[in-house]
Amino acid sequence: MKFIITAAVALLTFAITSTAQAFCGFYVARADTSLFNQASQVVLVRDDDRTVITMANDFQGEVEDFAVVIPVPTFIEREQINVAERGVIEHLDAYTSPRLVEYHDPDPCVRYELMSRMSADAAFPQSVREKENKADADGVTIEASYTVGEYDILILSAEESDGLIRWLDRNEYRIPKGAQSVVDSYLRQDMRFFVAKVNLQEQAKLGYSYLRPLQVAYESNKFMLPIRLGTLNAKGKQELYVYGLTRTGRIETTNYRTVKLPSNTDVPEFVQHEFSDFYRAMFDKQTTMENERGVFLEYAWDMAWCDPCAADPLSGEELRKLGVFWVDDSSMIAPGKGAARNVFVTRLHVRYDKQHFPEDLVFQETGDRQNFQGRYVIRHPWRGETSCDASAYYDEVKKRQDREAQALANLTGWDIDDIRAKIDYIDGATPEPDEPWWKRLWN
Amino acid sequence: MDTIARTFSALRDPRWYQVFVLSLLLGFGIFVLDFGIRWQNAVVIFASAQATQYLCSRFVAGIPYDPLSALITSFSLTLLLRTDLAALAIVAAAIAISSKFFIRVRGKHVFNPANVALVSLMLLSDSAWVSSGQWGSATIGAFALACLGMLVLTRARRAETTLAFLVAYGALLFGRALWLGDPLSIPLHQVQNGALLIFAFFMISDPKTTPNTALGRILFGTMIATIAYTIQFIFYEPNGPILALIISAPVVPLIDVLSRGHIYRWERPAAPAAGQFKGVSS
Repeated sequence: MKFIITAAVALLTFAITSTAQAFCGFYVARADTSLFNQASQVVLVRDDDRTVITMANDFQGEVEDFAVVIPVPTFIEREQINVAERGVIEHLDAYTSPRLVEYHDPDPCVRYELMSRMSADAAFPQSVREKENKADADGVTIEASYTVGEYDILILSAEESDGLIRWLDRNEYRIPKGAQSVVDSYLRQDMRFFVAKVNLQEQAKLGYSYLRPLQVAYESNKFMLPIRLGTLNAKGKQELYVYGLTRTGRIETTNYRTVKLPSNTDVPEFVQHEFSDFYRAMFDKQTTMENERGVFLEYAWDMAWCDPCAADPLSGEELRKLGVFWVDDSSMIAPGKGAARNVFVTRLHVRYDKQHFPEDLVFQETGDRQNFQGRYVIRHPWRGETSCDASAYYDEVKKRQDREAQALANLTGWDIDDIRAKIDYIDGATPEPDEPWWKRLWN
Repeated sequence: MDTIARTFSALRDPRWYQVFVLSLLLGFGIFVLDFGIRWQNAVVIFASAQATQYLCSRFVAGIPYDPLSALITSFSLTLLLRTDLAALAIVAAAIAISSKFFIRVRGKHVFNPANVALVSLMLLSDSAWVSSGQWGSATIGAFALACLGMLVLTRARRAETTLAFLVAYGALLFGRALWLGDPLSIPLHQVQNGALLIFAFFMISDPKTTPNTALGRILFGTMIATIAYTIQFIFYEPNGPILALIISAPVVPLIDVLSRGHIYRWERPAAPAAGQFKGVSS
């Protein structure tokens, strides 16, 4: 049984919790794409009408069952398809992930003035050939077929979608219901299709046990991502990460609302140990608030630097692998060395289904070069010995801890009392629930 | 007594309704949608639009200073223009207002002030853009916008351009979906776009830059819709409607010559015949 996986679906990345030092604070955790099952990652490199698209897949199953039908806006040739290394996308994921940073309050008695400076800083914004025989009878022309890396690639053109669907059917591809009308629509919009399936011999020769991302380079006015085929065989909602690499500024969708994820919020200390849960809960709440039609901005930054860094910026070599054609060897700069590379990265996170996202995603590049990151802050109070009367400091910390509890409840929709129970209050006492007395009267 | 009478008479000017509705929209955009309007941009747009209006009224046209139409243009610019550079916002406001005084044919200005500013900035700079997706597609929101806009239009009594545009654009979108075999949820989603409705109700409805006859306005609205559709769905470029308006605007004098009509005046009570710069407004 073969499957048609019509969307690019996510890479299984491993959660790495490393601790890297950052500006006035320590980066402690990040929310990378491995948090969500069945997440696809797509890198869109775009300048004028040139596009390089890299699709990473989280295909879970036997690789011999894997096949993907990908719509592309123009006819493509052998040299326009490539297989990328997964590591580069993992690096891009890590670099752009929402992050948790921590600060430690100093001893309130000795360095009082430093603390106020720290908090001011914290507020810093922050196979195949034999198949050709039957092709013509179906009205499908295999315009070309190649083997690229471990993939067999067939570039198809079909006069009518039923021809393409019949051809796919005859070749034992399982086609999701409703695919015909979508394929028909794409064909009328002069889009082409290619089919990629795994060549097991090649894969054994290359020695990969997983599927590497596929890349296509093309020239077209259409700055879009076809998601409609992907909504057909999906089990429920799908997670999609789109990384835009552009020259001028941030990318955004023109036919759906692009919304910044809440950021730069102080959250309680315990979030450090459940950052993944925190991030998922917050994302759930935000999608609901946007009527499940929002595209979320998680990161927008000049590739030359980061602060705090969840991972080093990508090197010039890595960027070229992703298809950033305007970066040449001369602009290869050691990571972290803050020099302009004219590469602006945008990370968008979309949770989509057919009902809420009926149309393909259409993008535009904006002139916005303002930095944005999903950044959450924890502040550890001073718990050491004090040599003076620090009661004013402790009062302030207690107030701060409750503000953090409120902020967390607002972001995630978690119960405020559950949150308070988990907080290690500075005076050891959990505050009484402050809701009106009648709230619990009949419960 | 005289002052009160004059105030009442001034309030009958339909542009006050536009100001009211546009401030509601701006408030909704800032406080509910939170789509990143920089307050610095709003301030410089409103200030430089008024300054340009004052200077041009006094030294170019020699007419009394009327802040109202420049105020409406400022709202449209603030709602639609996105830039990180305050200097560009100033340039936008200056281009918008001065276009009314310098680009004129047969006693009417040719371009919608906000429209000409948006297009010039998008062509001249990489740092200005229009975020057409930022209004989202909440059905109720779209409906509310449409109703509010309608109110403005009935007061201005020149609804034909807007209606012709919406009917023609809607027909093209639904026609495309039928031809492609797409579900109707697609054109429905495309029509439920806040920016599209703002464009239809507040930009192309501008009576000063639309043809003088009803037939001319229907022709004009249909033409904008066809060009907008071509840009957006045949050439796959963003901002179809805004570009379509700038392309269509120079045709208005021609339509006017072919179908003789009367130049629109904002003030309700009869005023003496319009001189060349009478009613230099949005």
